[in-house]
Amino acid sequence: MTHTEAGENEGLLVRRIRNGTVIDHIEGGEALNVVKILGITGTTQEALSIATNVPSRNMGRKDIVKLTNRELSKEEVDRIALISPHASINIIRNFKVCEKKGVEIPTVIEGLVRCPNPGCISNTNEPIRSKFRVLPTGLHCHYCDWVIAKDLTSYIL
Amino acid sequence: MATRHIISIKDFDRSEIDRLMDHARQIDSKKYDRNALSGKILAVLFFEPSTRTRMSFESAIARLGGTSVSVGSVDACSMAKGETLADTIRVVSGYADAIVIRHPKEGAARLAAEFATVPVINAGDGAGQHPSQTLLDLYTIRQSMPIDAIDVALVGDLRYGRTAHSLASALSLYNVRLHTLSPTGLELPDTLATELADKGMKIVNHDTIEEMIGLVDVLYVTRLQRERFPDSASYFNVASSYRITPELLTEAKEHLIVLHPLPRVDEIDPRVDESPHARYFEQSKNGVPVRMAMLMDVMQ
Ligand SMILES: Nc1ncnc2c1ncn2[C@@H]1O[C@H](COP(=O)(O)OP(=O)(O)O)[C@@H](O)[C@H]1O
Ligand SMILES: [Mg+2]
Ligand SMILES: [Zn+2]
Repeated sequence: MTHTEAGENEGLLVRRIRNGTVIDHIEGGEALNVVKILGITGTTQEALSIATNVPSRNMGRKDIVKLTNRELSKEEVDRIALISPHASINIIRNFKVCEKKGVEIPTVIEGLVRCPNPGCISNTNEPIRSKFRVLPTGLHCHYCDWVIAKDLTSYIL
Repeated sequence: MATRHIISIKDFDRSEIDRLMDHARQIDSKKYDRNALSGKILAVLFFEPSTRTRMSFESAIARLGGTSVSVGSVDACSMAKGETLADTIRVVSGYADAIVIRHPKEGAARLAAEFATVPVINAGDGAGQHPSQTLLDLYTIRQSMPIDAIDVALVGDLRYGRTAHSLASALSLYNVRLHTLSPTGLELPDTLATELADKGMKIVNHDTIEEMIGLVDVLYVTRLQRERFPDSASYFNVASSYRITPELLTEAKEHLIVLHPLPRVDEIDPRVDESPHARYFEQSKNGVPVRMAMLMDVMQ
């Protein structure tokens, strides 16, 4: 059938899409978190397919997320790097891969995660979005300096 | 020119700190223009009770020829009516030439600076930053010795004590070896210890005050809060073992200085007040020239 690394497995798991985005090479087991980061929930409109723990030649196992009729922006794509730095983004138009790009860890993320510090001003009714600087030690709250060192996805708003 | 705010000591580099302290020393020796801020108004926005910090800012602006306006009390202010801080700040920006703010939430001053059209000075945000305290701590050390190749000890609750955290961060810009003494569970947070070590600071943790006292040039004592301990017996146990007494100080270096952000409770024996090591009242007095330098820095 195909010569891609996922081979037949993936072909069986998810149908080809006409237009949309394929997020490939997600760390095994992180697909649901990628979906969470993208803000896709049961109530949003996208048709979505997810394949998890697909055998991969380079990664052992990988996850794949396919989104119909939605092309991701750079800001959205780069957030994925926070949990899956090797992900690749394939923009599909008329069944063909039209664009292929990697993900870059952003330097600042706004409005994505909630500050874990209950005393932080960003957890009140002030007219601001949460804001974190991305540093090697973790995400640092712009307002109170708290650090999210791990389990970032449990703080997604 | 961009509006200058003073939010966190971490926003400063060493030359900026040194410049502010040089300026404070000049002011301290009475070499300053008493009308430097004449006609200027400082809004004193304290959403949390404080006497010393507030009074020293008010005294600082008055000594420079300016005036201050403030809200009467916390429950009389609009925050109690549910107005956002962002709105309060936008409004107060129209009344004054600078705002000094104390607020119970961490990051409040940073937020205020984003909505203000005049300079904002942080006078304490919850358990967060309190840069004028740090600057006056540094200033007091510098009055006694150059901040270079010295050993500074932090004693007390180093987990929640914001003055200790900010001072440690600032000292990491200098050539300082840090010594710590804190009860189990109240040690310096790991993230901070790592941050300091990454900046090249050497940190030595101690188990008793006796083993540490002879090694250091500065002893920075902070308050131990009873509610941080499981019971009052363990509080009294630790508090008495950390107490600074004249007897303990006989083991100290001759030029050792003892600092405390005040108010103190039992941490320092009142008999120490008479000793040449005691600098905590000097330290609190230094709050005025240091805050004058800060006000001139942002309001001129
Ligand atoms: N029309 C399509 N519908 C769904 N998935 C597609 C489509 N075209 C390509 N893909 C998937 O997008 C990813 C990248 O495709 P491609 O560039 O052909 O492969 P590779 O990057 O493995 O060389 C692969 O996971 C592939 O299965
Ligand atoms: Mg492939
Ligand atoms: Zn925060």
